Amino acid sequence: MPIKSRPVYRPLTPRPGHMHLFAVDGEGGAAVLDMASQAPPGFFAHAHILYIPLSPADDHYLAKLRRLEPDTLFEGPSLAAALPRFGQVLATARMGTRLYLAGTEGLIGQATRMAMEAGMDHASIEAEHRGSLARRVQCVHCKGITEDVTSQPCRCSHCGLTLLVRDHYSRRVAAFQGVCIDAEDPGVVPPLEELFK
Amino acid sequence: MGIQFRKESFRDDFTFRNSPDTIRRFPFPFDRDDYMYAVNIEPHVKGRPGTAFEHLIDVDEHYVAEMADKALVLKEDPLRCQSLPHMELAGWDLLEMLMEQQASGYPDHFTLVRDSTRWRWINRPLGIDDTFTFGDAATLPYGPMEYITRQAQGDFCLLDQRVGDLWMDAGIVTTQADWSLDFDIGMSFMEWHAPVPRAHELGVFDRALKFLLQLRQGQPMRRSNWTMTVNARLDTSPENYHKWGPDRMTVLPENVGHKVHLRVELQSFWRLPRSNAMVFPIRCYLLKLEELVTEPKWARRMHRVLRDLPQDLADYKGLSRWRQTAVDYLARYDDGAPTSPGVWAD
Repeated sequence: MPIKSRPVYRPLTPRPGHMHLFAVDGEGGAAVLDMASQAPPGFFAHAHILYIPLSPADDHYLAKLRRLEPDTLFEGPSLAAALPRFGQVLATARMGTRLYLAGTEGLIGQATRMAMEAGMDHASIEAEHRGSLARRVQCVHCKGITEDVTSQPCRCSHCGLTLLVRDHYSRRVAAFQGVCIDAEDPGVVPPLEELFK
Repeated sequence: MGIQFRKESFRDDFTFRNSPDTIRRFPFPFDRDDYMYAVNIEPHVKGRPGTAFEHLIDVDEHYVAEMADKALVLKEDPLRCQSLPHMELAGWDLLEMLMEQQASGYPDHFTLVRDSTRWRWINRPLGIDDTFTFGDAATLPYGPMEYITRQAQGDFCLLDQRVGDLWMDAGIVTTQADWSLDFDIGMSFMEWHAPVPRAHELGVFDRALKFLLQLRQGQPMRRSNWTMTVNARLDTSPENYHKWGPDRMTVLPENVGHKVHLRVELQSFWRLPRSNAMVFPIRCYLLKLEELVTEPKWARRMHRVLRDLPQDLADYKGLSRWRQTAVDYLARYDDGAPTSPGVWAD
């Protein structure tokens, strides 16, 4: 059964608009390439693509994205490094700008939050999940965010508690909720499973 | 006659208890001997004198001590009270509603004097006498929602209504049963209920949302929910779960009647006049098992409900570690006799 608080991701679809802003990481590159086959002529002449390779194996996506001849193609070394630039593009975006997000849930969540802060309705954002199932997790106790969580349970990288990753997602925090798993019986922790690879 | 407010604590030495009159006015939630989710919504109208339903906003002997506990929670964690910027008008609506209800229900304790937008609010139990301008937050020591809800028992969620949904856009949550306002703020109705097992499949939330969207001003509704809590702790927040979770290991046959509490959340739903927002007051009532068994009908029924509760619900409510100890205790008060219909004590 789907997680009711988790956003619903769908294959990217070209939408009418004056400008098409993309934030993409890793295998999200393939989602953009798949979508390009159904895009109308001239679509990418108005596209601004921010791409973040997650491994050397992703470099071929850059070359293929360049062949789409977007107005702008920017390669960011990491999401954290690229977010300020993304925020500036959003802040200066005109009416009729469409936002497309593809790749990991961490990228989709953080870019969505930034777009909402810039006044964009989250329901108007195209988002397609590709690649790693790793989760961003907020510790409900200390409020710190742990990135790229692949295991259940996980350890909070801030306060050190062992957290159960709940199937509960906050768009505003752009993270799943983590709750101490051994509060009742400290130290008694179920075996770690790699659930979110 | 005024209420005799108890001096008591909801943490550390846990001196909370109910007087015999307060036991009798407890809003016992089970109207039959088994329990399953239902959209048990009914009009929130004034009920029998001497019950928790006598007034639409209930004030009882725990008021002063609960307000002190709420202030402690907020001092430790200011994120328990949050309001998104567009919710201030709804905060004023809530301030008006609570002042009107408390002043009309308990004139010995609360007085509201209105002269156009110049309002004077007197809260005798807490020693407050403030004059302010309605609509001007600079004339209050807190924002309107925080100001008035620091003077009202329970949690309060302010919901914005737009695009056919309800959005948890403000609230003050210090006595919650395991959910985090800080995490859920800004969520839609289905989103903030995501972790609840079973009820989605039963369609409970679809029906509840459809119903709530039609809520009309002046016609509040209510429902109750329940769980059980070890120790008379109001702040059973997920934020502090690593601190209170070990309590669940302390239940023994010799202390279960004193330590384990039936915890009832009386939720009401009100449409607010200026903002068209909605407020959900969520009022928490605690009853020790040793207090509960003084009403024979409640003792029999509580035994049967707890004994027969499906395991996933027991897990969700956090009862599993000590459920059998509590069932064994309650069994001594269940002679197998049939119980009368309805929630009221015989």
